[in-house]
Amino acid sequence: MNAFLATVRRDLLLALRRKSEVLTAVFFFVIVTSLFPLGIGPEPGLLKKIAPGILWVAALLATLLGLPRLFAADHSDGTLEQMALSPSPLGLLVAGKILAHWLLCGLPLVLLAPVLGLQFDLDASTLGILTLALLLGTPLLSLIGAIGAALTLGLRGGGVLLALLVLPLYIPALIFGAGAVEAHIAGLGAGGHLSLLAAMLALAVFFAPWATTAAVRIALE
Amino acid sequence: MRQSIIQWFRFGSPQSFYPLAGRMIPWFWAAAAAFGIAGLWLSFFVAPTDAQQGEGYRIIFVHVPASWMSMFIYLVMAFWAGLGLALNTRVSGMMAQALAPTGALMAALSLWTGALWGKPMWGAWWVWDARLTSELILFFLYLGFMALQAAIDDPRRADKAGAILALVGVVNIPIIYFSVKWWNTLHQGSTINMNKAPSMAHTMLWGMLLMALCFWMYTIAVALVRVRAIILERERHTDWVKHAVE
Amino acid sequence: MQWNSVGEFFAMGGYAFYVWGSFGACVLLMFTEPFLARRRLSEVRKSLIRERLADELELQQKTQ
Repeated sequence: MNAFLATVRRDLLLALRRKSEVLTAVFFFVIVTSLFPLGIGPEPGLLKKIAPGILWVAALLATLLGLPRLFAADHSDGTLEQMALSPSPLGLLVAGKILAHWLLCGLPLVLLAPVLGLQFDLDASTLGILTLALLLGTPLLSLIGAIGAALTLGLRGGGVLLALLVLPLYIPALIFGAGAVEAHIAGLGAGGHLSLLAAMLALAVFFAPWATTAAVRIALE
Repeated sequence: MRQSIIQWFRFGSPQSFYPLAGRMIPWFWAAAAAFGIAGLWLSFFVAPTDAQQGEGYRIIFVHVPASWMSMFIYLVMAFWAGLGLALNTRVSGMMAQALAPTGALMAALSLWTGALWGKPMWGAWWVWDARLTSELILFFLYLGFMALQAAIDDPRRADKAGAILALVGVVNIPIIYFSVKWWNTLHQGSTINMNKAPSMAHTMLWGMLLMALCFWMYTIAVALVRVRAIILERERHTDWVKHAVE
Repeated sequence: MQWNSVGEFFAMGGYAFYVWGSFGACVLLMFTEPFLARRRLSEVRKSLIRERLADELELQQKTQ
């Protein structure tokens, strides 16, 4: 467990030294969501209807933006190889890196989403559901994305390839995440969506680090 | 028993699988042709005109087999990939790689014929129906698998990375299908019920089954041709390959 | 048998474009794909044969 926390701490410290990388994804999220009203028109009813979808798709893409960096630096300077050889299990270290990635790339989106939701004329309870859905959904995105990041480690055209691999797998998260907000707006209650999202998260917490570790080992061979 | 297991493992080596595949290919071509002719005859000359959809429903005879095969091939591909990962047999990975383009082709055919069916029946080339959407996502999954394998130069790494992706995909396909179905029922805007498509006459079912068998045999044959090419490409520096080609 | 003439068969009750578009695409792609696969196989074979011939020539020149 110590190794896990140490990895999280290390990755957070490293990221704080290069703040711009983290901020890029956050700014991307802000800019993309602000572009949609400009492209579609400022009619509040329409914006309210499409807000959950837009915020979710933007969050999806913003997470994707940070994924190539999840393992790349450690791979190129050989740290990853050291991790694989270290006495603590690699799976634990990989899980720590995924958690750090979520804290850096996922959590800021969750915190920003209510503010951006105001642009779309969402009321307080809807904003609450949106935040909750993103809180459950963004870790899921980080977990699934980590598999893709490990598989494309060190490949040419890795970033685009990563998007091709990971985006189809993001679809259930998108559907239930945006669906929760839409269901709440429609007065249907978001409980079902949120519990399904939580179930997928539980499944991913269990399997994704394992698959990621296997993929990292393959990349290191 | 032990003997037969060893036999199976023997065919797991490219050297013995290459000639075996060569001997099997003509039989599968013949079977595909036979099933295809029978299926086409049934679908055009025996199956009656549908009461609601007229002659347009005949697209079902290629649409449904293509959809079935596109899903089935992904399962088979994941099976071979997983086997290769677990037992480290080289042919398994090559089989997975050989199947992927055919699977993508089937998914593409399913989408194309689906669009051509949808236009006269529903008045739109594309509707966000749960099945069509899932098929599209399946197509993306095939593309991802092929792109990943193409990007990796070392064939052993390509096999293993592809295997992990295929297995992750197989776990996700039911989740994706379920989520798309859920999404579809939530958005009742475009309710088009595919289930009220023609009530199946027996001859229609038989036509579809025969065509599915044809597609299946076709898939095996073309995958075997491709796996032979992959074997030669990968093993070109070994001695046996130099003697295998005349 | 529900077709009275060849023309009627090809007209497909007005759905000719859709029905033949579907079957045509299937036939076209399902003949193209094996063709491409075969070509890939024969190209590897050819290059392997060429390699072997080159090796044999080299061997001959050495022995002479």
